[in-house]
Amino acid sequence: MAWFKKNESADSEDSRKRPKAAEGLWLKCNHCREIIYRKEVDRNNKVCPKCDYHFPISVQERVALLVDLGSFKEWEADLAPQDPLEFSDSRSYRERLTSQQDKTGRKDAMVIGEGAINGRRIALSVFDFGFMGGSMGSVVGEKICRAVDRSLAARIPLVLVTTSGGARMQEGILSLMQMAKTSAAVARMGEAKVPFIALLADPTFGGVTASVAMLGDVIISEPKALIGFAGPRVIEQTIKQQLPEGFQRAEFLLEHGMIDAIVERKHLKETLSTLLSHM
Amino acid sequence: MKDYLEFEKPLRELEERIEKLAGSGSVKPAVEEEIRKLKARLAQTEVELYSTLTPWQRTQLARHPQRPGVLDYLNAFCRDFVELHGDRTFGDDQAVLGGFARFNNQSIMIIGHMKGKTLKERMQRNFGMPNPEGYRKALRLMRLAEKFNRPVVTFIDTPGAYPGVGAEERGQAEAIARNLLVMSRLAVPIVSIVTGEGGSGGALALGVADRVLMLEHSVYSVISPEGCAAILWSDPAKVQDAARALKMTAGDLRGLGVIDDVIPEPAGGAHRDVRMTAERVAKSLAGHLSQLGELSLQDLLAQRDRKYRSMGVFSEPPASA
Repeated sequence: MAWFKKNESADSEDSRKRPKAAEGLWLKCNHCREIIYRKEVDRNNKVCPKCDYHFPISVQERVALLVDLGSFKEWEADLAPQDPLEFSDSRSYRERLTSQQDKTGRKDAMVIGEGAINGRRIALSVFDFGFMGGSMGSVVGEKICRAVDRSLAARIPLVLVTTSGGARMQEGILSLMQMAKTSAAVARMGEAKVPFIALLADPTFGGVTASVAMLGDVIISEPKALIGFAGPRVIEQTIKQQLPEGFQRAEFLLEHGMIDAIVERKHLKETLSTLLSHM
Repeated sequence: MKDYLEFEKPLRELEERIEKLAGSGSVKPAVEEEIRKLKARLAQTEVELYSTLTPWQRTQLARHPQRPGVLDYLNAFCRDFVELHGDRTFGDDQAVLGGFARFNNQSIMIIGHMKGKTLKERMQRNFGMPNPEGYRKALRLMRLAEKFNRPVVTFIDTPGAYPGVGAEERGQAEAIARNLLVMSRLAVPIVSIVTGEGGSGGALALGVADRVLMLEHSVYSVISPEGCAAILWSDPAKVQDAARALKMTAGDLRGLGVIDDVIPEPAGGAHRDVRMTAERVAKSLAGHLSQLGELSLQDLLAQRDRKYRSMGVFSEPPASA
């Protein structure tokens, strides 16, 4: 029964905006459209050598990039989603979940755990864009709160890495409430004076931006990452005008005072390490 | 001049017939008898129509142009209102109204979305869609309420936070997030009442509260049925399906444990009898404020914390240790 499910193409709306993990030796940059040698991109932390575009990376790659080799221990991997609304559109939410779980080997779109940055213990919370567009439902919200609980108990900083389309529609109002729930957790970190760093990667939108992502004591982004509240298409339809060049890119947010710094992928770990030494 | 929704057509016909007969000035017993009968039928039709509303019909009712909003309630049951303007940073957002008022001899801070009723008002109020400065004005007023130990009462009725270039430039996401964070720890009681349309993060940014109440025909959702239909069905015409699937009515939200109380509306909806609706809202509000007023600050915040922490449905295997 399960063998043909795996062959089913994963939810097209989730994957179509992301580059396919194309098989060949060469690949086309999402940003400058240049044809580039895959191995060179891989060696370069998945950054385009021509235009510095930061390709999306997997949760494993992100963890490997940020924490000391072998230091990562995952927490609460068994927390699993339910279907409280019995939601169904062209496919049922349950079917979607199963196919995404088969595809990613994960129960939902959030990985939490602990690791060390140059020997300093931290809690880490990473969105998985590959799982339903990194959308935030009950499991994502609860896991962020548990990462907060554990970082407070151990008094270690929490680093949150976001890539998300926003709240998960299939869990309706409960997804919206995760914004309040996670923001309340961040408030507790503030009262306890335990550092909370938000690292925004491409793309971060909607209810995730409008809650935890914008509440970091320090907010860092990767170059050219798209970050916003409303999606560019929604804005374009509302104002019936073309959007300005560079709109909602990390550089635009920096210019408008919304984030602290843009840091290239290869410098992220050292920057976090230095930053945390002050906090 | 009343506004009728498409599904209210049967009511319109009956009301027009009654008006015509009553307008004829006739005092004949037969005419009076006919009016009496028509009124009875109207009442019956209203009961039938409004007890079987679909989620999409409810959404339309929640968006009714004549639907009462924060200003109507304020005028109905508050005194000594002093409107306070501006976020002290950028501007004064007309889509959010706020200020001190007196309710049952108690000073409270009232904050609410303003949609406006006429076209001119609606444009002035940006159709109830706040920009960041609207949320920052609300935040400033909440802090002010905290300073003087006054409960905060918010009225929610918005299609959502405004999706515009300026809104993004000035940090719409940050403004909403900041309100969620601050409301979760604000050291005074907060009661939120969804009076019309609870549009996603733009509604929640005024809606983190010790008690969240909803009027019977109001709706509250993570995304509009239109937006959801366009994204998940790839067909904007599937709004009926989306409205049903999103479980966005007051009854649905009560069932999911997201809200604390449903305030019944008069037959035909809140706009058919604003006074009666306001009386019911006032009664419910007074009850909740008095209950919350009895809690110590520590208990109040602990309850609020537990309430939001328990939001969500997931499963986990039993702890093996």
